Amino acid sequence: MGKEIWVVALLLSQALLLPIAQAAELHTERISGSAGDVLEDDPVGRLKVFVYNLPRKYNKKMVDKDSRCLTHMFATEIFMHRFLLSSAVRTLDPEEADWFYTPVYTTCDLTPGGHPLPFKSPRIMRSAIQYVAMNWPYWNRTDGADHFFVTPHDFGACFHYQEETAIQRGILHLLKRATLVQTFGQRNHVCLKEGSITVPPYAPPQKMQAHLVSPSTPRSIFVYFRGLFYDVNNDPEGGYYARGARASVWENFKSNPLFDISTDHPPTYYEDMQRSVFCLCPLGWAPWSPRLVEAVVFGCIPVIIADDIVLPFADAIPWEEIAVFVAEKDVPSLDTILTSIPAEVILRKQRLLANPSMKQAMLFPQPAQAGDAFHQILNGLARKLPHDRRVYLKPGEKVLNWTAGPIGDLKPW
Amino acid sequence: MFHSHGTRRSNAAARSSASGGLEGGGVGSPAASSASEGSSFRPSASTFWLLLHGLCCLISLFLGFRFSRLIFVLLFSNTIYTYTTTTTTTITSTRTETLTVSFPLTHTPPIETAVKPNNSALELSDKMSNQGSSHSQVVVGRHGIRIRPWPHPDPTEVMRAHRIIERVQQEQRKWYGVKSPRPLIVITPTYARTFQALHLTGLIHCLRNVPYPVTWIVVEAGGVTNETASLLARSRVQFLHIPFHEKMPVEWAERHLTENRMRLLGLRVIRERNMDGIVLFADDSNVHSLDLFDEIQKVQWMGSVSVGILAHSGGPDRTLLTEDEKLNPPIPVQGPACNSSGHLIGWHTFNSIPYSEKSATFVGESATVLPGKMEWSGFVFNARMIWKEAEDGRPEWVKDLDKIGENGEEIESPLALVNDASFVEPLGDCGKKVMLWWMRVEARADSKFPPGWIIDPPLEIVVPAKRTPWQESDDLAGSKLEQDDRRFTRPKSRSSSKRKNTLPGQDN
Repeated sequence: MGKEIWVVALLLSQALLLPIAQAAELHTERISGSAGDVLEDDPVGRLKVFVYNLPRKYNKKMVDKDSRCLTHMFATEIFMHRFLLSSAVRTLDPEEADWFYTPVYTTCDLTPGGHPLPFKSPRIMRSAIQYVAMNWPYWNRTDGADHFFVTPHDFGACFHYQEETAIQRGILHLLKRATLVQTFGQRNHVCLKEGSITVPPYAPPQKMQAHLVSPSTPRSIFVYFRGLFYDVNNDPEGGYYARGARASVWENFKSNPLFDISTDHPPTYYEDMQRSVFCLCPLGWAPWSPRLVEAVVFGCIPVIIADDIVLPFADAIPWEEIAVFVAEKDVPSLDTILTSIPAEVILRKQRLLANPSMKQAMLFPQPAQAGDAFHQILNGLARKLPHDRRVYLKPGEKVLNWTAGPIGDLKPW
Repeated sequence: MFHSHGTRRSNAAARSSASGGLEGGGVGSPAASSASEGSSFRPSASTFWLLLHGLCCLISLFLGFRFSRLIFVLLFSNTIYTYTTTTTTTITSTRTETLTVSFPLTHTPPIETAVKPNNSALELSDKMSNQGSSHSQVVVGRHGIRIRPWPHPDPTEVMRAHRIIERVQQEQRKWYGVKSPRPLIVITPTYARTFQALHLTGLIHCLRNVPYPVTWIVVEAGGVTNETASLLARSRVQFLHIPFHEKMPVEWAERHLTENRMRLLGLRVIRERNMDGIVLFADDSNVHSLDLFDEIQKVQWMGSVSVGILAHSGGPDRTLLTEDEKLNPPIPVQGPACNSSGHLIGWHTFNSIPYSEKSATFVGESATVLPGKMEWSGFVFNARMIWKEAEDGRPEWVKDLDKIGENGEEIESPLALVNDASFVEPLGDCGKKVMLWWMRVEARADSKFPPGWIIDPPLEIVVPAKRTPWQESDDLAGSKLEQDDRRFTRPKSRSSSKRKNTLPGQDN
């Protein structure tokens, strides 16, 4: 009896080895990060989210006032709300919920030019939290530790576009215990909280799909970049913008035929990315940019030039194996660095990028699809469960100081 | 608070950036003073900085804004940041406001150096911060723009990058390109004439870029000549140079027929040697796109692609089109025509009626050269189709090659090779994609050209004529004239009695 089982096991293992050997010949490769092979996990059944019903002035009224909020790179907050309302993880019974979501759009106050103004955002957030704390008991139960918020602005919940001011403000005090879902991520930075979930910025998926070319188009551009090198309006001499890294790229490589870099924005921008081997993703005023999403979708290896950056879903996606990281001080030798990467490493990175689950994880399609960024956020939240016992406050215990922060924030909204 | 030093900075920007190093100092001190206003736990330090600021203002009254900071560099320079241009750094730890320390750089030339951490500043901030949390290595504020001493491409690196690109493209072809590509056999009829080097060079470069193995059969009218042989020898394409016993006639109609016979000769060579692959007819004056070679890999037995006909003479014949032709311009494409379900139903041919009176009859005549009814270059087929032994799968609708032309009839188009033309496969998205273009550009039949395009013996030195378009250039500018002649590389229309060829730079 035992011998037969061994024989069967041997045969089975042989049968299993064959497909593995064949899989090695595929043009994609499986992705598993530090949290394991989690990109294709299904969050349904692993967590329950309760969506607070806030008055219109916190969400819908803002979108109605300015519909540009739906297309700019901060639209994540709006689409996350819409996704959760119709998702299978949503529960209408708050007693069984693991996480609570507050749908407040803090990045929808736009200038005529389309840039979001962060000046009222702390007050809006405060007002939303006060509303939630007054109408439901769940905030005070944990002082917000099982609540999550989407704060996609430049420096997350520091609510300012200028880094020095953002650092000075710090993260809004009331969000001290909550989980933040944000695009900003930089190690040892005030505005990145422990336990935050970094997400990619919103990039419209249909626009990118419309510009796909055949994958047999030969990649003939070595390095590609389109964008500003000097921000002439705000930093004419250079040195502040991008910590001088973009200016350094320009000055060192403007005459190099391998580098197709310019400030010109051609109509074939997406097609050109698909014809490039490397796409530069240097920092700007903030370390993150939609270029990363575009590079991943178009199969161009991202070259990240942003010291200490935390990339989206860093525990699910092994970015060191996919992207090339260049320290800002090494920018003058960027050509040496890129040309000395062995060809097998480059081909492997391209195989990882060709994996469709990788591309899906960077996108926010409407309606949501399996494995997309919405699901990765839920997976991230599910990995943080179960909540620590100590999160639940004893009756009468208070951790948050409701009067902390700059005086201007305390004005009601 | 920080808006104030923003304006300060823009004022500084307005001045010359020669001593840009000291401009950073100006940014530092108002921030320092504001820092002192914000923090309240080191009053002695804040008053010290306030006094310092006042002193700087006084000095700048006398010496100018920039030099005040220079004094302090000379007095207090212990550890200095070395950047290529200038630096001010604001070091921040997690939740506390720290002092801003500024050590502006003066006049070191741009060098690529590593950043030396400013230990004293870090220690200061360590003392001031209550929490001992980790410090970010990334600092906010103004950074230098690092430029290496020779910011130009290095040839070895460029070559390495090209190898990488080649490898990437090879991999792309492996995954997304044609699986198991077949070799190509290209048949080209040619003969030695002025424009041959022009046409053949283009074709050679095209064939060298084709990513599949190519065997090139060159049939030359009038026998093998040194001209053609030398071009082929330098081509680095695998070729077979076949002589054809007749000379190329001057009349276009005769030429088309002779070319057809040359192509048949090429086909017979393939048959004799049992060469395998896909047969393509590339006339030397045609222009091919590389997509064509990928597309024809799809052919099973015989396929047809669309050929763009570029028959314009470029002359003053503007009244060629009639009124309704102007509304529906004739499409100059020859190729397969399909119905809506993608099946071949017929052929688009070039409408030569508008040109019938004005077409060229002999080579070199300045009129429109018309293509034949059905150009051979639009057809490709599997070499096995013309093999002697009927290979397994060779269809019955193919005629045996030996039977063609045995009665002396002329072969007009490759459709004569088959019994039933409906079996021809339409390629290139059913003919919608045009991937090659037919045109005939030839010089006069009696035009001379240097053999092998080598000028030997070299031309004599020519003295340019004194009479130039510039009438005022008399003895006053006599020497100037010679200098001008030396400078001008292209001789303008000189009114010289004798016209000699001049090479650039070989003037007086």
